[in-house]
Amino acid sequence: MNTTINPMSWTRIRALIRKEINDYRRNRFIAVTMAVLPVVFMISPVITIFKLPADAPASRIDTVVGLSLLYLMLIPALVPAVVASYAVVGEREQGTLEPVLTTPVRPAEFLVGKALAALLPTLLISYVMYGIFLGAVGAFAHENVVHDIFEAPRILAQLLFTPLLAGWSIWVGIAISTRSGDVRVAQQLSSFASLPPLAVAALVGFDVIKPTLTVALGLGLALLVIDVLAWRVVSVLFHRERLLTGGVKA
Amino acid sequence: MKRDGATTRSAAARTGPAIVVDGLTKRFGERTAFADVTFDVAYGEVFGFLGPNGAGKTTTVRTLGTLLAPTSGNATVAGLPLTEANGVEIRRRIAVMPESPGLYLRLSVAENLEFFAGLYELDDRRARIERALRAVNLLDRASDPCRALSKGLRQRVGLARALLSDPEILFLDEPTSGLDPLAARDVHDLIDGMRRQGVTIFLTTHRLAEAEALCDRVGIMNTTLRTIGRPDELREQLFAKTLQIATRDPLTDPDAVFGGLPGVEGWHDGAAAAGGAAYVLTVTDAELAAPAVARAVVGAGADLLALSPSRHSLEDVYLQLIDEDVEARTR
Ligand SMILES: Nc1ncnc2c1ncn2[C@@H]1O[C@H](COP(=O)(O)OP(=O)(O)OP(=O)(O)O)[C@@H](O)[C@H]1O
Ligand SMILES: [Mg+2]
Repeated sequence: MNTTINPMSWTRIRALIRKEINDYRRNRFIAVTMAVLPVVFMISPVITIFKLPADAPASRIDTVVGLSLLYLMLIPALVPAVVASYAVVGEREQGTLEPVLTTPVRPAEFLVGKALAALLPTLLISYVMYGIFLGAVGAFAHENVVHDIFEAPRILAQLLFTPLLAGWSIWVGIAISTRSGDVRVAQQLSSFASLPPLAVAALVGFDVIKPTLTVALGLGLALLVIDVLAWRVVSVLFHRERLLTGGVKA
Repeated sequence: MKRDGATTRSAAARTGPAIVVDGLTKRFGERTAFADVTFDVAYGEVFGFLGPNGAGKTTTVRTLGTLLAPTSGNATVAGLPLTEANGVEIRRRIAVMPESPGLYLRLSVAENLEFFAGLYELDDRRARIERALRAVNLLDRASDPCRALSKGLRQRVGLARALLSDPEILFLDEPTSGLDPLAARDVHDLIDGMRRQGVTIFLTTHRLAEAEALCDRVGIMNTTLRTIGRPDELREQLFAKTLQIATRDPLTDPDAVFGGLPGVEGWHDGAAAAGGAAYVLTVTDAELAAPAVARAVVGAGADLLALSPSRHSLEDVYLQLIDEDVEARTR
């Protein structure tokens, strides 16, 4: 283990982020995933909510609202999983890892650059979709539904969980990517692996745990701890020689 | 061409060899890629690294380029011991053009280079990219996506990328493989230009004529380093120097004609054209022996048709060495 702490170079990280975003903008599978999936996961809860009758009982409203918000959280879980799982295996397939690893870039910078390149568009897309959802519901849904959705703990949970769920998906996606030899397999595995933390969100969504501010913050903290641990684990996986050869014996 | 700050600074720091390799070995599990390799490369030298497929050339480049950790042995690259802690600093000073160029095919040529300029934290990126593209004659393709380039053009983008950071040492792994003769000549000119700027070049190649023309010294590898030296030295080490002689009619007493001539050690019959005669003389110094041999043959009343020193190419040296290995293995 390296004991000296080297400051990361933001120039290199910025170069990586720009390259990544340029690259997957032109990657049809990733571009379509980023464009279509969030819209689907935003529109279907909106439709469900609009279909709620005005005289629906409070418990029914709670369930539908919880389910809707859970649906929206699939965006920050699934989008980065698809992007991040491409991160290493995609480079390996194109043979670009070797030239990159002969530059002064450090594995930690490479990792952070890749992670941010998946996180930034995910946050943008997720929050925009959430904003559209709130706007549509606020304007057109029944008052008691609106009241439920605009509860402070729910909004806080949504805002807080979005980056934290994305963080988990990114680390898991990258971890799978470093070990994988096939882009599609990596993407499928990562999509599944991105889902477990949603269980935490589901607890709040379905009112198993009452959505209070304390609960939202506490669960947020738990997700944060998991994210940080996942980062540490992936950092260890990010060994130069293993990146190059895939860690799988040829 | 004018040198920029980075190259000048590195030139001042150049004491000792550019690369020192001492007993270096790399194994992948049971398989030995190369073993106990020892050699030096001086600053400003063009060093050719030859060997058959699977000889360990690429693995050596990857090891010296800090991509793979050696199994045992030591090395110094660009003045720094090859250790994990020195990795970043070594990589700052070198550039590697791998066997396959490894371009982002969805990105344009310029975007590829911009990314790498960022990874090297270079200032003045536009100018550098332009200069590198001009050097490989690709300025007009800068905005083309790499996907749309032919193999040879991709190779040249890879070269441009390696030039971006003005490295002290440039590792080129088969830079002309798959190139047409004209494109290969362009690459040769480029390497020659780099040499004149004082860049140290470590070149692996299967083109022996290329190595012979470009390299100050060559090493011939076959898992272990079989030999190393200047191409002409290697020829002399491996092949006895000879003079080939052809006469219209056989000499009546070749022993008497060739015996006692300065520089001549012995003779045997050569492959003669129909009706004529041919002799091969082993000599210590062709320049000394040739005039004396000519006089002696003419003095003996024979018609001298041809007199030439033997020409062994680097290819002969290479084939001789590698053949020995194959024989040793099949024995
Ligand atoms: N990552 C690896 N894992 C296992 N074995 C490897 C690996 N890389 C190379 N080898 C083995 O090491 C040996 C040397 O390979 P290397 O690629 O260095 O040869 P080379 O001289 O570059 O050959 P070529 O002329 O074909 O490019 C070969 O036997 C090869 O199979
Ligand atoms: Mg090779």
